[in-house]
Amino acid sequence: MVPLSYYLVLGGILFACGVAGFLIKRNIITIFMSIELMLNGVNLTFVAFAAHWHAVGGELQGLVPLSGQIFVFFVMVVAAAEAAVGLAIIIAVYRTRETLNVDRVNLLKL
Amino acid sequence: MWIAGRAIPLEITDVNVGLLLILGITSMGVYGVALAGWSSNNKYSLLGGLRASAQMVSYEISLGLSLVGVLIMTGSFSLRQIVEAQGGHFWGFIPRWNVFHGQFIGFFVYLMAAYAETNRIPFDLPEAETELVAGYHTEYSAMKFAMFFMAEYANMITVACLATLLFFGGWNGPLFGPRILQDVLPIFWFVAKVFVFLFIYIWVRGTLPRFRYDQLMAFGWKFLLPLAIVNLIATAVAVAW
Amino acid sequence: MISVHLILFLAFGAVCVAGAINLLAQTHPINSALSLIVVMAALAGEYLLLGAEFVAAVQVIVYAGAIMVLFVFVIMLLNAGEEERTKGSRVAVLFGVPGMLIGSVLVAWVVLRHSDAGSVAAGALPGDPTRFGDLLFHDFLLPFEITSVLILIAIMGAVVLASKPQIVQKRKEH
Repeated sequence: MVPLSYYLVLGGILFACGVAGFLIKRNIITIFMSIELMLNGVNLTFVAFAAHWHAVGGELQGLVPLSGQIFVFFVMVVAAAEAAVGLAIIIAVYRTRETLNVDRVNLLKL
Repeated sequence: MWIAGRAIPLEITDVNVGLLLILGITSMGVYGVALAGWSSNNKYSLLGGLRASAQMVSYEISLGLSLVGVLIMTGSFSLRQIVEAQGGHFWGFIPRWNVFHGQFIGFFVYLMAAYAETNRIPFDLPEAETELVAGYHTEYSAMKFAMFFMAEYANMITVACLATLLFFGGWNGPLFGPRILQDVLPIFWFVAKVFVFLFIYIWVRGTLPRFRYDQLMAFGWKFLLPLAIVNLIATAVAVAW
Repeated sequence: MISVHLILFLAFGAVCVAGAINLLAQTHPINSALSLIVVMAALAGEYLLLGAEFVAAVQVIVYAGAIMVLFVFVIMLLNAGEEERTKGSRVAVLFGVPGMLIGSVLVAWVVLRHSDAGSVAAGALPGDPTRFGDLLFHDFLLPFEITSVLILIAIMGAVVLASKPQIVQKRKEH
């Protein structure tokens, strides 16, 4: 039996690493991957709470206990859409600016 | 299988999302091809690797959709339950395999998509020896190339096993003889069906020419995917009634 | 109490955290992408421990098997190289890493203080696809349809954004 807070701490650590990567890294693709890491940490929290609620509050209506899993599904879908469009934007930016370093694309006009 | 009065199932475990796990592992196989092509630092390898992984990713969708028809008819992801739903006969002699039970189009789509997933003729442009100097495994020789080859054949065997489990009744077959023979016969039927599929694989390789890359992608996206969706809708409508 | 559940949780959790820290520590983006794949696979193991088997399978198929393939493709296409050290990055590392450490320690401490919320048994969730599909297509039908439209929009957007610019012929008017 693993306490719920252990799962939350793991999700929090992943989220913190994602935020750190987002702020520290200079390559735009690595920044995107840090965003995906943040989303994964949040997904873990959702599923952990869904398991906890299912075990604890089983008398509640069927919606609340299991909807954590469904929400993870939607988070994944949104992450996929965002990754596709974001990478397309990166390709478009690379074509004009010839660089992947965010410090070099900080002016609107070259 | 019965040994000393206790039934021992001959599979390692029956996971109730078994089919999804197989799909997940095949979708991880794209990484090997993509990274092998890129890390060889060779433009032919990069091109072959990119083409092969794009092909595998495109045909994965049709592969998954063709399996959903079977899932709708069976109602479970567990492979054991899918095979057990195919026991029995129609009219006494036609076995109740999924391929006769309405999934013929699904089987066709699955076979085409599986040929493309395993990079075999007619879809093997990314690794064709005469075209791209062997594509993504140009720079690999000796044991590393043997690993690629083993992986390709293991992929073929997995696909053949899945085809027999999902569409051809798995280990169902006529049982006869004494008790010990009846226990061993399903293994024999399963292996025989897998061998038939491998034979068809090798037969097709010797017979057909290969597709050009744009024909290949057009076939996958414009023909196979709509066909798989139509199959899915038709199966769903038929089951709902 | 040391149970197999706890040991497995710690094993998968250690792999997750190691992968996340490796993502930050590596300079070449392909190494970061491979570390992220490791994190996602370990997270799928965590979901299995919680009993959400369908979510675990979807995590491997969609996240680790499709989205990360997209990332690897783009890294290969753009031939991304190692990161360079600029002025901004040094400052960011100097303040960012201690900041992240302090923040996460704070959050972990607060969460563990309230650890009387209860335990989660192994395989607690009924994660089989039947229940999942039931909920998805009955109670969550509208979000499902909306996310389908969202994906369609994303596909169109990505195709338009990533395509090469069309060369427009200028007609000389006389």
